[in-house]
Amino acid sequence: MKPAPNYRDGALARRLAAAIAARALPDRTYNIMEFCGGHTHVISAFGLADLLPPQVRLVHGPGCPVCVLPIGRLDQAIAIARHPEVIFCSFGDMMRVPASDRGSLLKAKAQGADIRMVYSSLDALALARANPDRQVVFFAIGFETTTPPTAAAVLTAARKGLRNFSVFCNHVLTPAAIEAIFASEAAQRGELRVDGVIGPGHVTTITGISAYRAFSESHHCPVVISGFEPIDLLQSALMLIDQLNAQRAEIENQYARSARPEGNRTAQAMMEQVFEVRDSFDWRGLGEIPHSALRLADAFAAFDAERRFPTEYRRIADHPACSCPDILRGVKKPTDCRIFGTGCTPESPVGACMVSPEGACAAYWQARGRSGGGMAGTQRASAVGSLARAAR
Amino acid sequence: MTARGPMPRRLEVAEGVVDLSHGAGGRAMAQLIEELFVATFDNELLGQNNDNAVTDPPPGRMVVSTDGFVVSPMFFPGGDIGSLAVHGTVNDVCMAGATPLYLTASFILEEGFPLRDLARVVASMGKAAQAAGVRIITGDTKVVERGKADGVFITTTGIGVARPGPVPSGDRARPGDAVLVSGTLGDHGIAVMSSRPGIGFATDLLSDSAALNGLVGAMMDAAPDIHVLRDPTRGGLAATLNEIARQSGVGMQLQEVAIPIRPEVTGACDLLGLDPLNVANEGKVVAICPPEHAAALLAAMRAHPLGGDAAIIGKVVDDPEHFVELETSFGGRRIVDWLSGEQLPRIC
Repeated sequence: MKPAPNYRDGALARRLAAAIAARALPDRTYNIMEFCGGHTHVISAFGLADLLPPQVRLVHGPGCPVCVLPIGRLDQAIAIARHPEVIFCSFGDMMRVPASDRGSLLKAKAQGADIRMVYSSLDALALARANPDRQVVFFAIGFETTTPPTAAAVLTAARKGLRNFSVFCNHVLTPAAIEAIFASEAAQRGELRVDGVIGPGHVTTITGISAYRAFSESHHCPVVISGFEPIDLLQSALMLIDQLNAQRAEIENQYARSARPEGNRTAQAMMEQVFEVRDSFDWRGLGEIPHSALRLADAFAAFDAERRFPTEYRRIADHPACSCPDILRGVKKPTDCRIFGTGCTPESPVGACMVSPEGACAAYWQARGRSGGGMAGTQRASAVGSLARAAR
Repeated sequence: MTARGPMPRRLEVAEGVVDLSHGAGGRAMAQLIEELFVATFDNELLGQNNDNAVTDPPPGRMVVSTDGFVVSPMFFPGGDIGSLAVHGTVNDVCMAGATPLYLTASFILEEGFPLRDLARVVASMGKAAQAAGVRIITGDTKVVERGKADGVFITTTGIGVARPGPVPSGDRARPGDAVLVSGTLGDHGIAVMSSRPGIGFATDLLSDSAALNGLVGAMMDAAPDIHVLRDPTRGGLAATLNEIARQSGVGMQLQEVAIPIRPEVTGACDLLGLDPLNVANEGKVVAICPPEHAAALLAAMRAHPLGGDAAIIGKVVDDPEHFVELETSFGGRRIVDWLSGEQLPRIC
């Protein structure tokens, strides 16, 4: 197991930064939104914004699966986990996310619910095999990247006739979220200042690049699909700047070493078989978005935790002082929030953006400091806008 | 630890398990203590067979430290809970620049725990103590019902003596001081993680668990006024430097390129979503010393078998907000923060 050292080459990074500085025109701004929380995390961990000239601004998108899951869904998860026969399997990131009534999965676990941290759906499947007298529920969250493994687990469970495995499905769809941001009322009024999008490389590995075509064409917005190493992100920023200078709005693939234009057909077929698109899904910060999430298809109803352990979805308003909804829409920067760093810190998060290391607030927190730190360029970007006092 | 009278049969180490009688104060407990603990840790103070050890205090200032060990799994690549219980406490005593002399050991055993495993843990403790030159001079054994513990938990207390002169302390870092580490970071945490069920990934990586008294002795000889010594265990280098920054009322600036980390640790951390600077070490020391002593200290560390990869990784700066800041390999900057929450429960 080795990292990819070529993608972390400091000298190459400085050459790319110099090229960006040389090719970014001084008399205009380049507002670049990285959709994916994984990208946000890499930008902060490597201090990439420090390498960009002031006219190149990074705007953080809503692509952090932990951040966009509404509190009401987390409440449902906790309700399912409290069933005495249930072993509830969650990714570690979800454990500390605040739910209603100061609850969380971690607190429910301390109060006696059998909640296990897993690294994949297959770990949950193994638990189901090892505990035939218990009901194992996998808390499925995430965009298209994490969806095929959930589909694979369901298909395996069906093939093996496992009767004690089910999925609490919260998988969401990237194109719907991007479209929701760009189609908002504020965007209609021309208040959304995003000139180009760094597209999520892992998602695209599954979906293929056609997932962004409608959005890119209708909004005349260039998209560069990017890998997750810091060098990838710098190169993607440079490719977007070149497109914008040439007034192009194309979909380019910087992550060609992994993402093929057509995506992963096997994974797509599995998703098609196991899931169906929900009519609508509530996103934290973005509200109800039609056709933006998946549920288990009727043929796999036996593996649907929502049908096995019926719970009611209640929409929960965010903490009134928390700006997560505006931050997720790119409207506010974390430091605009009046509880950032005071009432809301990684130790005691109020909003979801502070919980996950992929969240914009946690990234800002890590970058805070005298120098402004590695998110300095992104802080300046905040003017992005009144996008959406609108979208509320 | 008391043993009286002849025992009917020898302890059935190969097949037997711990049962409640092993903590009940009767013959079974006495037999366990005599045949396993006293026989393995073999020294005259333990052999006094009292509930205490009586000895003359050594000259100098006494240094005491205590630590509990609950690591899971208890046997991991490069060590086990027994060797760790010795190394961890020996190291905490050393971090005062002191010479550790004695350990005490308290065992919480779970009913049903195989005696074979207990014997393996105890043998490992004995071997680690002997290698570190410390003696385990008194102890205690309790047994709890099945399900109330996880095999064995060990608490050790260490006693040592400090050298004459100023003692390294977390509140003595001063602006301008150099920050050094003795070797690669994150090896212990990742080695333990790699052997966990449900995570298991193939790696040759071993825990760095080791007693640091030899290395620290060489360091104190080379640079007598080391301001701070601390072993970056739970929370890793990030937590250790933040603690020191707060205690001393200073900030720190680190150079990412100077921080030694094995490629396989970087790779595993990428996979697991961890930052190597938050991952635990059990055989590394962070040293902070006046800049004029840094070269001599570094040379002494590198000359020792446990310090071959030692490096100067940054410096202490004046900062009222006590930030630990990292210049990334790209020339960007970020804050190195405490770990929030618990990503790696039961790592030591």
